[in-house]
Amino acid sequence: MFAYTMRRLLMLIPVLIGMTLITFSIVHLIPGNPAQVILGETATATAIQDLEESMGLNKPYPVQYTIYITDLLQGDLGTSLRSKSPISSEIWPYIAATFELTIFAMLFAVFIGVNAGIISAWKQNSWFDFLAMLFALIGVSMPVFWLALMEQWIFAQQLDWFPSSGRQNNRDPMEPITYFYVLDSLIHLDFARTITNLKHLVLPSIALGTIPMAIIARMTRSSMLEVMKSDYIRTVRAKGSGQFLVIYKHALKNALIPVLTVIGLQTGVLLGGAILTETIFSWPGIGRYVYEAISYRDYPVIQSGILVIAFIFVMINLIVDLLYKYIDPRIKY
Amino acid sequence: MTEEILKIKDLHTHFFTDNGEIPAVDGVSLSIKKGEVVGIVGESGCGKSVTSLSIMQLIPSPPGKIVSGTIDFKGENLVHASNKRIKQIRGNEISMIFQEPMTSLDPLFTIGNQIREAIRIHQKVSKKEANQKSVEMLKLVGIPRAEEVMNDYPHQLSGGMRQRVMIAIAMACDPEILIADEPTTALDVTIQAQILDLMKKLNEEKETAVLLITHDLGVVAEICDRVVVMYAGQVVEEGTTREILKDPRHPYSQGLIRSLPKLHEKDQKLYSIPGTVPKPKMGMVGCRFRDRCRFVHERCYQENPELFSLENNRLSRCFLSDDAEGKVVKDAEANIGS
Repeated sequence: MFAYTMRRLLMLIPVLIGMTLITFSIVHLIPGNPAQVILGETATATAIQDLEESMGLNKPYPVQYTIYITDLLQGDLGTSLRSKSPISSEIWPYIAATFELTIFAMLFAVFIGVNAGIISAWKQNSWFDFLAMLFALIGVSMPVFWLALMEQWIFAQQLDWFPSSGRQNNRDPMEPITYFYVLDSLIHLDFARTITNLKHLVLPSIALGTIPMAIIARMTRSSMLEVMKSDYIRTVRAKGSGQFLVIYKHALKNALIPVLTVIGLQTGVLLGGAILTETIFSWPGIGRYVYEAISYRDYPVIQSGILVIAFIFVMINLIVDLLYKYIDPRIKY
Repeated sequence: MTEEILKIKDLHTHFFTDNGEIPAVDGVSLSIKKGEVVGIVGESGCGKSVTSLSIMQLIPSPPGKIVSGTIDFKGENLVHASNKRIKQIRGNEISMIFQEPMTSLDPLFTIGNQIREAIRIHQKVSKKEANQKSVEMLKLVGIPRAEEVMNDYPHQLSGGMRQRVMIAIAMACDPEILIADEPTTALDVTIQAQILDLMKKLNEEKETAVLLITHDLGVVAEICDRVVVMYAGQVVEEGTTREILKDPRHPYSQGLIRSLPKLHEKDQKLYSIPGTVPKPKMGMVGCRFRDRCRFVHERCYQENPELFSLENNRLSRCFLSDDAEGKVVKDAEANIGS
């Protein structure tokens, strides 16, 4: 396990270097003079020169890249052109918001998806199986923005069960600590606020989690059906074990590898920021942060935002790979 | 005469497929006495595995179903036993090992975990006690470094070792019957002999009855007391191993024995029974072996042969064994001899 982990970590290095190379070149792939594009057509020559100076754009590429990497290693993600403040200090709340939403969306997706898949496989061709797979099909085919709007209309506007947008009651904001608002309210021991914050999470989590849930359910079902036919499951039955042990101990663990892959990929996708969902629910996440930067041509923010998203994606994949090994001792690198 | 602990009577296990109903086991009767080793012999698809899975109530359902017949285990009909009761019997009173040791163990759990599980399903013992018992079982089946193997995963063991582990799992609760479905088919010859020796040893030491399913008459000769020959879902001959190997009565058994390679016959092409096994289907009339039989005559097309009783409790499903036709057999044999 240790050797495997070390090998897997070593393999990260070229990936991370490649990632920085790509984000580094984003600014330089802008046609024409980057400083001109950033400042717009009406910029004066001195302003352009000043910006080139401050961003180091007038130095040779290798030097620029070295500076970029050195800054990154020190946790410096550059300075936002719009807010003039360091990106590393302003990006965290957005990351936290996206993480919080992703965690709840994936909890919803995994819990319902895996269990629906298991029961569907267990009771293959039953009415439950039929209904679950019908819902899964609808789930993957439904446009997220439409689902989000419908949720808002039914559960926020008509029934008024859940708030329609935002992360908390904005008229009564709380002192953030970690920027994970549910966690923060627990740290403050303000449980009424915890309930409120959780309520804010319900609709966006469902909107965001529906597609992963449907994919996970279908994947779990087919993987379980495959495993249930195998010889070792027959052996477990021949030992006299009950259905529960057969399914939740042996079949599920064996069926989990492909399901885990899907869960990892979907988590990565959600952490990359779901711009549509975050916009509809006014959720100040990383997707919206980058989206706004794009509309303001705030290149340093775009660059850093993409780097952070890519980094998170790589990390999720790393975790999934380590989990593979934990589940299946046969896996080697 | 010792008591019969398992009696199968007129068992019909059918598979309901898109292509219609297939009678994989079509009226099989057989019995096993305490401490006896019984072999079921037949070629692929003759219903021998389905018979054994029927005893364990492990027929994949759907599409399979035991349509009629009884499986009497110490006075209890397993066909109608409750799910709960079946679970108590499986692995505890009747246990089973399978053909494929490579895939029959769960790849994601240690050997120790899998043996322990078999013990703890049926016995209320602590994890530590189950562990001790597991190590004991591994030693009993001749696994060296048993303590270390407990922490190994199946992929770290060879095929022979895995089959030993399977036997250890099957024997963990001291069952009265061990069903072995082609336990040596996937193993190489030297390992085969070791596994058979092991089963014979356990049979003698623990008085476990063994139902050995095989297509290999060599295996039968090695350890079985009695043999049941199956063909196309039916029992065609039954008798002691010695009698059947020396003097087979059913033309199919005769063919099987003739197709064994013999050491003293040089440069001879190995005999094989012409034709193939008919696909079992509902409502077959006549002898199922007739298209491949040397002695085929008119009656074989018109009537279903019954199991005729012969001397020494032998049975044969062939009209030639019918007393009325007994003479024909002798004549026919004389013809072949000449």
